[in-house]
Amino acid sequence: MDARTPGTGSRVDHLLIADMVEPGARVLDIGCDTGDLLKLLENVRDVDGRGVEISQSGVNFCVAKGLSVVQGDADRDLENYPDQAFDYALLSQTLQATRRPKYVLEQLLRIGRYAIVSFPNFGHWRIRFKLLFNGRMPKTENLPEDWYDTPNIHFCTIKDFISLCEEVDAKIVKPVALNSYGKPLRIGLPLSWQNLFGEQAVFLLTRK
Amino acid sequence: MPVSAIEEFGENEPIQLDCGHDLAPFSIAYQTYGKLNEARTNAVLICHALTGDQYAADTHPLTGKPGWWSRMIGPGKPIDTDHYFVICTNVLGGCMGSTGPASLNPETGRPYGLDFPVITIADMVRAQERLIERLGIPSLFAVVGGSMGGMQVLEWAASYPEKVFSAIPIATAARHSSQNIAFHEVGRQAVMADPDWRGGRYLEAGVRPRKGLAVARMAAHITYLSDEALHRKFGRNLQDRDCVTFGFDADFQVESYLRHQGMSFVDRFDANSYLYITRAMDYFDLAQDHGGLAQAFRKARSRFCVVSFTSDWLYPTRESREIVQALNAVAANVSFVEIESDKGHDAFLLHEPELFDAVSGFLSAAAERRGL
Repeated sequence: MDARTPGTGSRVDHLLIADMVEPGARVLDIGCDTGDLLKLLENVRDVDGRGVEISQSGVNFCVAKGLSVVQGDADRDLENYPDQAFDYALLSQTLQATRRPKYVLEQLLRIGRYAIVSFPNFGHWRIRFKLLFNGRMPKTENLPEDWYDTPNIHFCTIKDFISLCEEVDAKIVKPVALNSYGKPLRIGLPLSWQNLFGEQAVFLLTRK
Repeated sequence: MPVSAIEEFGENEPIQLDCGHDLAPFSIAYQTYGKLNEARTNAVLICHALTGDQYAADTHPLTGKPGWWSRMIGPGKPIDTDHYFVICTNVLGGCMGSTGPASLNPETGRPYGLDFPVITIADMVRAQERLIERLGIPSLFAVVGGSMGGMQVLEWAASYPEKVFSAIPIATAARHSSQNIAFHEVGRQAVMADPDWRGGRYLEAGVRPRKGLAVARMAAHITYLSDEALHRKFGRNLQDRDCVTFGFDADFQVESYLRHQGMSFVDRFDANSYLYITRAMDYFDLAQDHGGLAQAFRKARSRFCVVSFTSDWLYPTRESREIVQALNAVAANVSFVEIESDKGHDAFLLHEPELFDAVSGFLSAAAERRGL
């Protein structure tokens, strides 16, 4: 996902996540990529931030930038972290690339007092439209890879994610769906509308 | 070796060693680079590897060569002496001015030889801590080192958590593996098999076990490299000849290189120090000492940057990963960088831009946190 808000240079979901994080919090960003979100959180929220990233080149890049990042696989290495070691465990645009999304979500809720998850909504009308009329796996500006070449192996819709939250006993503190322009959809819109018009979603969760 | 500063600790200030012995008096030789700031918060302790010494960033008085980490330490370099006050000590048991088996035993007036008590990595760190205290530095901004130096870094973070703001253990492990102990034993046996070793009393006899120590160094040196690096450097090239001699001269360049490494080492290193320091490394096992590796870091407050190299088979990445897992288990602040290199264990001493970027980026961020 690379929708950026004009003027800030930061990704829309990153800015939303930053809004949800309390200043000075201890934060673990899983799948932190090149560290943009961590850097943003350090700058605007003064967090004590750590990252986990699967690619070693990404990790080395982050460390050279002064971020605390370790190489690790969300599907395997989260077990090493103690319960509630962090105030927030973040998973930004990574859930769909994990092999065991349910397990990863459970780990997030265990490690952090709060979990924040952002993901592309596969229920968005444009994706439904493409699949319906082209009969082929949809490609969009934000999800440009071919089906055989994508790191994303577990797509879900907003509705799917909400039922997964129920299954792992997660309480949804704040759900936000963003339209194609990166703007939050109006609060109070029925779920089926959010699922249809939200191109991506950001969820603030905690344990029940 | 009067070129270094030497701090002396007298009869009344003994150091308690892990073997149960009290050592006094003792001396620690050290070099410093850069300036200590007024708040005394910018000191970086550099810990040297087995065959290193305090001459990390200046000309070595015996070999005339640049310091072993002159790529890393200096003005504008990753450990920037324009900002940090760098201290590098010769370890306890060493032979470049710190008290070791070649020092005079005050009880007998003769060199200690094998009467020197067996020391551990923790003992080396205790001695360093005494020096840091003597220099009036309440806590170190960073402790940095590779290989055996990395063991000291881990020991510092575990034993003096409140005195280590940040820690960079490079190409190291929290315990010495069976394979590592095996290689060290080969080296020690080579030294002790040399007739000139004389039960460790060679200094009084005016001889030195040069051949034994050279063989020890040759064997160890192979473990510091990688097959790829050796192949790249030497292949099966012959040394100053067109065909093999069907004898045992150094026909191959790699043989001649190893012989040179061995012989130049004996001029700057004491054989008994080699025995004691390899033993200290063999005994190192942070998990056993603290009832579990995560337990060892329970009180750690430092920011860690663990570094390994892909082709290091002496301290492979999986051993660094164990350290990282233990640190994660106590929610410590840790970074972990594995650097792609074909240069083997020695990569930490060589030109590795990714290593320099990681160290410099990590230290800059830590400096910001400490308000330097």
